[in-house]
Amino acid sequence: MNGFVEALADGAVVAKRNLIKVKRVPDLIVFATLSPIMFVLLFAYVFGSAIEIPGMNYREFLMAGIFAQTVVFGATITGTGLAEDMQKGIIDRFRSLPMARSAVLIGRTTSDLLNNVIVIVVMSVTGLIVGWRIHSSFLEALAGFGVMLLFAYAISWGMAVVGLAVRSPEVVNNASFIVIFPLTFIANTFVGTTNLPGPLKAFAEWNPISAVTQAARELFGNTSPGFPAPDVWPLRHPVLASVLWSLVILAVFIPLAIRQYRKAVSR
Amino acid sequence: MSSPVLFAEGLRKRFGGYYALDGFDLSVPAGTVCGLLGPNGAGKTTVLRILSTLMRPDGGRATVNGFDVARQAAEVRNHIGMIGQQSTVDDILTGRENLALWGRLYHLSAANARRRADELLEQFGLTAAGSKQVKHYSGGMRRRLDLASSFITAPSVMFLDEPTAGLDPRNRIEMWSAVRALALGGTTVLLTTQLLDEADQLADQIVLMDGGREIASGTPDELKARTGGDWIDVTVRNIAEIPAAAGVMARTAGGRLQTTPAENRVSAAVTNRQHALTDVTRALHAAGIDAEDVTLRRATLDEVFLLLTGQDLEGEEAS
Repeated sequence: MNGFVEALADGAVVAKRNLIKVKRVPDLIVFATLSPIMFVLLFAYVFGSAIEIPGMNYREFLMAGIFAQTVVFGATITGTGLAEDMQKGIIDRFRSLPMARSAVLIGRTTSDLLNNVIVIVVMSVTGLIVGWRIHSSFLEALAGFGVMLLFAYAISWGMAVVGLAVRSPEVVNNASFIVIFPLTFIANTFVGTTNLPGPLKAFAEWNPISAVTQAARELFGNTSPGFPAPDVWPLRHPVLASVLWSLVILAVFIPLAIRQYRKAVSR
Repeated sequence: MSSPVLFAEGLRKRFGGYYALDGFDLSVPAGTVCGLLGPNGAGKTTVLRILSTLMRPDGGRATVNGFDVARQAAEVRNHIGMIGQQSTVDDILTGRENLALWGRLYHLSAANARRRADELLEQFGLTAAGSKQVKHYSGGMRRRLDLASSFITAPSVMFLDEPTAGLDPRNRIEMWSAVRALALGGTTVLLTTQLLDEADQLADQIVLMDGGREIASGTPDELKARTGGDWIDVTVRNIAEIPAAAGVMARTAGGRLQTTPAENRVSAAVTNRQHALTDVTRALHAAGIDAEDVTLRRATLDEVFLLLTGQDLEGEEAS
């Protein structure tokens, strides 16, 4: 137990290091907030003028999807950050310290989670300006954000494994783009899944990102009786499904990431 | 005699098909500086990584302050500091912030971490630069900050992996005096280097490595005595004079002889440093050989290698 508290304290120090960097290099903040603003505006006005969702405004439908996509992409910086620290020999230094094995990973994933919180706030404000509204209670809305952030946090641990396994941050970037881009598009994020061709439809319905998006939509009250969720289990119980997916991903990748960290040696 | 602070016996480490370490032994007494000297790929960094618990050996054993690096890694980490080949301080943070951050990772309280940061800035001559972001530091200042950040808890053992690689001579000398000060304070230092001069300046004991093994070890003087520490280069105007010059130098300089016809040069290892230059110049003059240039210099790492292994650093057989 004492070890766990120590790991959290060390993690907090590592997280602070990462956050100071974000503060000192304002470009990071500017681009981290500009791109989500751009995405909200692009999808709201470009897709929004072409796509119709029965019984509701497309912008209301869209927001949960774009949130989900953005936080998942936001989680990939865990991988690039760790790969960079590996390349610079910083992980070697950390590993020679008398501190918990998990501290660096806890710190990294936590600071990336905080980054994602900032991004979500910026996107929400942008969304409110272009006409998105929350039709549920305050607590439900918070739960909606919570489900998405938990899932992104889980993805962070997956990215940590990738970041510690590859040789350079560029590889993490390219590899995660190839996997995550389709994952966030073959889903209910931007369009309904009903009209997708067979295999894609099945994939989209069981895609964890669809569950997360659907959960947020329901918790924000951005659903319409004229456009019900498809009749598959994860989309009928999206909150439960999202939390389960997140826990499974965490259960698999936290031990893997710690194992990888223990073996990791910079080249 | 007290037991060594650093001890290794028959260390082996395999990467894929080849042995990076192939039966390496080491014994370093407390408060001394040991330099691992050798070309790229000799296994120097691997020794450092195993002793600092970053890597487990495939065979053999090693201890730091009596603690086994494989079985008591956590204990070992309480006694060591290390700096790698690359700087690990953060450009964006100030020197003081960097040190305070590392202090926190060594579990000092926030106030203690700040106080220790100031002490270390003072100790490593960085007080004036303490509030500047590290990106404005010179290479030497950055390296000293690295050193300071590894010395938070004043560990009894410091591992330095090529501490002056990429530094200009002035910064290198500054770094050397910082390392010397650590050793004077009682810290045991193990460093790797590719520079003979650096090992010579810093180390009480040099271990010359090649192919994952020790090929020679001893004090700098002992090693130099074995390998011919100083050399005289004589450049003649006419290539035809090389044999005559070689004859003269064999008699006067007393050491091994090497000729480089393409550059009209004859080199000889020198046994008596004080008189060598004048003796050789006089003898050449007396023999009527017109030398364009006569210089006395340190043996290079290449030459030490050539002498000890019969191979130069690129692994080609010497003629």
